[in-house]
Amino acid sequence: MPYDSIVCVKQVPDTANITAEAMKADGTVNRAALPAIFNPEDLNAVEAALDLRDRFGGTVTVITMGPPKAAEILRDCLGRGADRAILITDRRAAASDTLATGYILSQAIRTIGRYDVVFCGRQAIDGDTAQVGPQCAEKLEIPQITYLENLEALQGRTIRVKRNTGHGWEIVEGPLPVMITVVGTANQPRPCAAKRVTRWKKARVPAELPGEVKAAMPAASDAEVQAEVQRRTEVLQQRGLLLEQWDLDKIGADLQRCGLAGSPTKVYRVQSIVLTKEGYSEIPASEEGVRKLIQELVVDRTLG
Amino acid sequence: MANFFLDNEDILFLLKHMDVAELARIQEDDFVEGRTAQYDYAPVDAADAVDNYHRILEIIGEVSAEVIAPNAEQVDAEGNTLNEDGTVTLHPLVRENLRRLTQADMMGFTLPRKYGGLNCPNLIYTIASEIVSRADASFTNLFGLQGIAETVYAFANDEIRDEILPRFSRGEVTGAMVLTEPDAGSDLQAVRLRAWQDEQGNWFLNGVKRFITNGCGEILLTLARSEPEISDGRGLSLFISERSDKVRVRHLEHKLGIHGSPTCELVFEDTPARLIGERQRGLITYVMALMNGARVGIAAQSLGIGEAAYRLARTYAHTRQQFGKPIERLPAVAELVTDMKIDVEAARALAYETSFICDQENNNLRILEFRKDLDKEEARNRKQAARALGRINGILTPMSKYYCSEMSCRVAHNTIQVMGGSGYMRDYPAERYLRDARITTIYEGTSQLQVVAAVRGVTSGTFETYIARFESRQYDDPVLAELKQKLLDAKQQTLEAVQFAKQQGPAYVDLSGRRLVDMAITIIIGHLLLGQGVTDERKKHVARRFIQREMPVLHANREQVLSADSAAMMEYELLAGKVPTTA
Repeated sequence: MPYDSIVCVKQVPDTANITAEAMKADGTVNRAALPAIFNPEDLNAVEAALDLRDRFGGTVTVITMGPPKAAEILRDCLGRGADRAILITDRRAAASDTLATGYILSQAIRTIGRYDVVFCGRQAIDGDTAQVGPQCAEKLEIPQITYLENLEALQGRTIRVKRNTGHGWEIVEGPLPVMITVVGTANQPRPCAAKRVTRWKKARVPAELPGEVKAAMPAASDAEVQAEVQRRTEVLQQRGLLLEQWDLDKIGADLQRCGLAGSPTKVYRVQSIVLTKEGYSEIPASEEGVRKLIQELVVDRTLG
Repeated sequence: MANFFLDNEDILFLLKHMDVAELARIQEDDFVEGRTAQYDYAPVDAADAVDNYHRILEIIGEVSAEVIAPNAEQVDAEGNTLNEDGTVTLHPLVRENLRRLTQADMMGFTLPRKYGGLNCPNLIYTIASEIVSRADASFTNLFGLQGIAETVYAFANDEIRDEILPRFSRGEVTGAMVLTEPDAGSDLQAVRLRAWQDEQGNWFLNGVKRFITNGCGEILLTLARSEPEISDGRGLSLFISERSDKVRVRHLEHKLGIHGSPTCELVFEDTPARLIGERQRGLITYVMALMNGARVGIAAQSLGIGEAAYRLARTYAHTRQQFGKPIERLPAVAELVTDMKIDVEAARALAYETSFICDQENNNLRILEFRKDLDKEEARNRKQAARALGRINGILTPMSKYYCSEMSCRVAHNTIQVMGGSGYMRDYPAERYLRDARITTIYEGTSQLQVVAAVRGVTSGTFETYIARFESRQYDDPVLAELKQKLLDAKQQTLEAVQFAKQQGPAYVDLSGRRLVDMAITIIIGHLLLGQGVTDERKKHVARRFIQREMPVLHANREQVLSADSAAMMEYELLAGKVPTTA
């Protein structure tokens, strides 16, 4: 029996490769200095959806909310095997916190219509809140199962999932449709497929075109740029390479619940913390040395 | 995410340095498949094709670093399993590696798109093989056996092509080249496995084959004696058969290295088979072509091991402290490490150049075969070009196989030396690199046989013709110009040695083969590195150090040849000692 999945993905600054320029003087993230990457656990979510499709049939639709540049990760998803990819981009969605983002994604999912499972990564490495998936499920009024480690069984309209709670596992069952968040240890994302990558590398969302045309024709007038954008749009459309781009109107979003207006989160204070290393201690390679080390680790709660 | 392509500056440099765009143009027949939108993933122009190559290598770089490399240690420790029914179960992690590469569309790497392939040139395949080999050299044997599919493509009829090739591309099957027998190793003319026909004209195979890499694969290309009355190579034909209960794996070899690659002894018992191409051309045409491709493959495999070993040594020499400082500050260690790096880059320059020229030859041959609209003059030009390129490959291919494999043994050996006792222990992969490297100078023709193949071109003038293209280059940079002069002098010395050896007779040319080939290789690599030095400052230093280091070796080789000393043959009994009566 085939199942249709929707995967919510996010492009994030690569916080694992921090340099000295990572933070601006005011303590906010300097996005320009960090390479943008596919949020790692979202890749696990995509893999979970593709694996579901491999086993049962169905479709995988990927959505992301972000600036035009976020289309990069949509192309990546298409390269890995997604059937459809949609970018939700709208200036009015800027500065959305988790509440507003959850709302916007839920509206987009409603607009897609039919689905059985919504997959999200457990959390994004930039905000680390792990809230968007669950909030989205609440707005959609569907059940949610967080921290999927393994999909144990799927029969008819019942899904059984092994959850990794961090200090053990739980096996839970629920009805479809359901929202599931996936942890990094759940699977190893498949590689991109060469033929799909070389096909989809040329795909664009409309919002990417003006910038690309201007870069390619720096001396062109606005009218010329517009004409070229139009031409490229038509060529892409003909070849099936024009990706879907939705704005807040398309998904029928209430603007009061989007962007800054829909975001009650207030940043109380940002602290700049500089971690310093205080030398190192040598552990003698003896029973006694190791016992002391373990004791120390237990005391500072690294262990246990 | 780790990536064995993106983290390798030398490979990235060479992709820019070599004329890959021109290669793409002939490989893609002026991009006809892309421009006519026959395949939506075919490139539409040279820039598009080169970008595709990058993306493909990026994928293989990621799979190698993230999947294959982490699996390598366990695969090496546990190996594959022979079952009682004569089948082999590949190690689960080997199967996982294959599954990932299949998901990535990597199993029809060089095959035309109509068979589901990526239609990549041989050069890109060589790079991919090197990258895979850096992760796990033993797995390169499974990835690298795509040469089987290429042979089917080159020589089988359409019926077999259409049936077999898409299965390779989809990753459903792997293959084996089934050549060696207990009494037919280097001397394949002695192959005895019998091919016979029933009254309907169906072929069957009977006999035993030994040391067959992936002999448990689904598609077997077997060299067999179809003409029992002809006892040499002209009595042999090439056959294709499918894995079945009519061909059994009798034994899995216990080997020094490449444990992930199953080496099988096969028993054929009335195994149904189909003829590839024409009778009697099995060895002299098809296997020779197959082997040439495979030899470049071993060069790539050797490069990967060399790269992996060098990286380990470089890191260790930097982090290991002795006498209050990193050991890389000790002159002896510094020299070991720099020599390794230069050796890897020198070998890579030669191997990639070889692949590049193979691509040009293959494409000319392909165009001659498939394009019926060529006018007479173009056909003649292409035929001539293919023949000239074939002669050059006739020396570059064995040189690459020989030089790269010897390099990988040397580099892996020295990595253990740099690491001392730690390198000797199983805690580090250094000992695995050495064990894996050791086969490369042996299979697909030993180093000694490569020298025999290459020395012909060195003594016949092909070498001179080939390097003329480098000698006519003018270098504005005084350092490069001076180095070029050294190479010109070196060529004179080499020709002098060649002349002298020829005067002494064919036996002496054989005896001097390695020295003459070494001299020629030094000159070729020297020129290639000079070319690289034009666009890259560091490469200029690499070229300088390489030539500086190798000139005295070249002089010593020359002196040895000019000595006319053939004691190894003339005084063999005396010098080799008596045959031991106890082992």
